[in-house]
Amino acid sequence: MHQLLTWVVEPGFFTSEPVRAAVVTGSAVAVVSAVAGIFTVIRGQSFAGHAFGDIAAAGGSGALLLGLSPLTGFIGLGIIGAGAMDLIGVQRVRGRDLATGIVLGAAIGLTALFLYLDTTASATTGAAQQVLFGSIFTTATTTLPVVVTCSVLVAAVIAVIWRPLLLATVSPDIAAARGVPVRLVGMAYMLALATAVGLSSLTIGAILSTALLIGPAATALRLTRRMGWALAAACLIGVAAIWAGILLAYDSYYWGNTHQGLPVSFFIVAVIFAAYLLTGLAGRRPARPHGTAVPSAGDAIRDQVAA
Amino acid sequence: MFAGFMMNTWAVATIVAPVAGVVGYFVVLRGSAFPAHAIPKGAFAGAAAAALLGISTLIGLAVFSLLGALGIGALGRRTRHDVATALALVMMLALGAAFLSRTTEYEPEIYSLLFGEILGVSATELLPVAILGAACIAAILLLYRPLTLSSVVPEIAEARGIRPYRIEIAFLVIVALATAMAIPVVGALLIFSLMIGPPAAARSLTSHPAIAMLLSTAIALATVWIAIAASYQMNWPVGFFVGTFAALSYALGRGCAAWHRTHATAPALHAATPDA
Repeated sequence: MHQLLTWVVEPGFFTSEPVRAAVVTGSAVAVVSAVAGIFTVIRGQSFAGHAFGDIAAAGGSGALLLGLSPLTGFIGLGIIGAGAMDLIGVQRVRGRDLATGIVLGAAIGLTALFLYLDTTASATTGAAQQVLFGSIFTTATTTLPVVVTCSVLVAAVIAVIWRPLLLATVSPDIAAARGVPVRLVGMAYMLALATAVGLSSLTIGAILSTALLIGPAATALRLTRRMGWALAAACLIGVAAIWAGILLAYDSYYWGNTHQGLPVSFFIVAVIFAAYLLTGLAGRRPARPHGTAVPSAGDAIRDQVAA
Repeated sequence: MFAGFMMNTWAVATIVAPVAGVVGYFVVLRGSAFPAHAIPKGAFAGAAAAALLGISTLIGLAVFSLLGALGIGALGRRTRHDVATALALVMMLALGAAFLSRTTEYEPEIYSLLFGEILGVSATELLPVAILGAACIAAILLLYRPLTLSSVVPEIAEARGIRPYRIEIAFLVIVALATAMAIPVVGALLIFSLMIGPPAAARSLTSHPAIAMLLSTAIALATVWIAIAASYQMNWPVGFFVGTFAALSYALGRGCAAWHRTHATAPALHAATPDA
């Protein structure tokens, strides 16, 4: 029995300080990502959600160059990017993705320039790798109060615009008729998303940022169409994935003879991916086949909003 | 800048740009901006892993870009496409990170894989790139009618017996090939910029498909040429110029279309389409 326990949880897991820090940070970020992610999936803006990660990276490398704090760069450029997307974008989904793509392209170009200037200025190698594959165990240190403040801010904004945003997502015309400032609400959401993704990219890395934003929310929305339950499920799945992923990564150091282990991000993403696939097997009726990317907000959500 | 070693760069860029322009036209038409970004990014993860494991990067590129295309297509069958793309992308990046963790070396090649490198093209690469590029364009021309139909009027296409899933997979594989061949010069993160900016600009100016594709090719060529020249002169990465000029060309296209709309006396027959 004892052997089984140590097989699942390798020695030293619960007492390790980095593990504890990673679990706390990861769980907090998972919750914020799930909250932002629910609307991202419903609105069909996964591209924007992912793009903000790359835009944040551009901001980060720029901040490095200018000597500003990484957080300022990560979130600052995201906010500018959100504004630019809104300026270019149109209401239809394809137009939005195009706007996202254009802004993203410009941002990545800036990343190229900033990284080049960074390496020539300070001879740091591996920056490109770090930018893309930053790890939850070795991230730049951000003070906990700042992370908490930003998280609470994001959650508060989304809580405030919850109902109008839902209505504007499902039916912009009805929302406008009811006096909802559709454009403004959409903009507020984008700013919240940019902040959330900037925060998560900085603390847990670019890959996990997107994975935690989209994965748990998409899985939850496959299980239920009621918004409250979906939100709870998304938070639960995100946090569970973090814990399971960290545990597996910790254990993986003891696997085999090489004692190298695999990165945490790999395990967390694998758990999220597996959870999503599993819900596909046991889930509800499959989504209507679409030829191209047209989001379906779901009839149940429409019913709930109209009620 | 037209010295011997630079000629390869000019040659490859001149092959890559038309492919990006033609394939990109359909990327914009189908609203597949996210897959066009995700596939090369996933391909990069494979190439970086291959580079560090000592295998040819081209193999890593090819395998991961095809994996990405098929993954996005397969997942997208049961769910909305942007979620499928996001999940496939993170899974491939996670796999890439797992491979990369096997070694602690840093390969300078990784930077050029990401952002392009004008000096990184050798003469031996010209033929494979040309063949792949020709194959992409040939595939697009072959599938032109079903592709256009399923992009613009999916229900009618389906009624005519064109299976949406097959077209989607075929198109994603074409995108995978196009990005794989273009990564060495333009870099994984910016090939998509070339496939979005110029075609979107072209579609702002005209809605006639053939003219739009030609215009998109022309703008893509101008973009890479100016980018290479600027990169050569200023020593800044070519990727920066590609990203910036692609965005600028789109802005110019939109600007011209808007100006045309306000100043045209007769109703413009080729006005900007609503989703461009």
